[in-house]
Amino acid sequence: MSRPLEMTVFAVVAVGVLGCQSAYAMHVSEGILTLPWAGFWFALSIPFVALGLRNLRLRSEREPHIKALLGLVGAGVFVISCLPVPVPTAGTCSHPCGTGMAAILVGPLLSAVVASVALTLQALFLAHGGLTTLGANIFSMGVVGSFTGYGAFLLARKLGAPWAVAAFFAGLLSDWATYAATSLILAAGLQPGGDFWSLLIGILVAFVPTQVPLGVLEGFVSAGAYGFLRSRRPEFVALPAKEGAS
Amino acid sequence: MRPLIAGVAIILVLLTGWGCVSVVCAEWEGVDEAVVKKFAEQAGRPPREPYINTTRGDLLLFCFLLAGTVGGFAGGYYFRELFPPKSKRTHD
Repeated sequence: MSRPLEMTVFAVVAVGVLGCQSAYAMHVSEGILTLPWAGFWFALSIPFVALGLRNLRLRSEREPHIKALLGLVGAGVFVISCLPVPVPTAGTCSHPCGTGMAAILVGPLLSAVVASVALTLQALFLAHGGLTTLGANIFSMGVVGSFTGYGAFLLARKLGAPWAVAAFFAGLLSDWATYAATSLILAAGLQPGGDFWSLLIGILVAFVPTQVPLGVLEGFVSAGAYGFLRSRRPEFVALPAKEGAS
Repeated sequence: MRPLIAGVAIILVLLTGWGCVSVVCAEWEGVDEAVVKKFAEQAGRPPREPYINTTRGDLLLFCFLLAGTVGGFAGGYYFRELFPPKSKRTHD
């Protein structure tokens, strides 16, 4: 890795870690969801995390590098998902998710595992999200974000798009899908008087000014990360596509 | 491909520049406050204090630095393992 690139990566990580502040963006905070809804989202998320752990055990037997790659991707997702980025067009801050990038690098199931670890640490130590809402946050960022990003990448490649465009759409759509899922979780859990659809549309529209430009940024980050890995260790980026076979 | 990327970059810069001028007095609150908290309060379920509250005194700074140290070490360690310097790779 060239010296300027190393310094850039270091600067981004340093800004991300030191710039973290409590409770930002798609994380559903403690106490917002009722106990039944919190339990429901836990029940939906746990099977994906369990499958991811099984997938990690199987893949680590035949891919010795996967744990190291997962550690690196995990550090990246942890930083990216608590990095508050100012969005001048909206005058607010929000964070990318990193799970679209993680999904195309290690596969969607391992990306869900990585997201669950990052979100648990954030809920425990950074007042970012909450313990009772952990299942909901894992579902939106870890499950919906990962599978949307991975699906977008595969679909774009099948349609003949260059890898850079496919990776861009993986990041872009995973970000937007994560916030759409957060809107769904909030609308389902908060609906006053059963007015689900108007609340859902209201929350979605409120996210748009911040998340549309941030999704574009996340697309470029995903394309950059994928391109870097592809140029340095091309043998790694071919592997996640085989995940479905295990 | 390059003209497309350049075009998108120019549009983003213009949008950002316009945004900087138009919202120079913005408070830069997170969308959790601007969106999530707002809708939660309207529904009568405002966020509550976290069960483990690290926002007291310097506790949050301690957690950030600890997370930064551990995360930085893990990131650097695995990065070197996955992408060793070229000189080392030729010996492997």
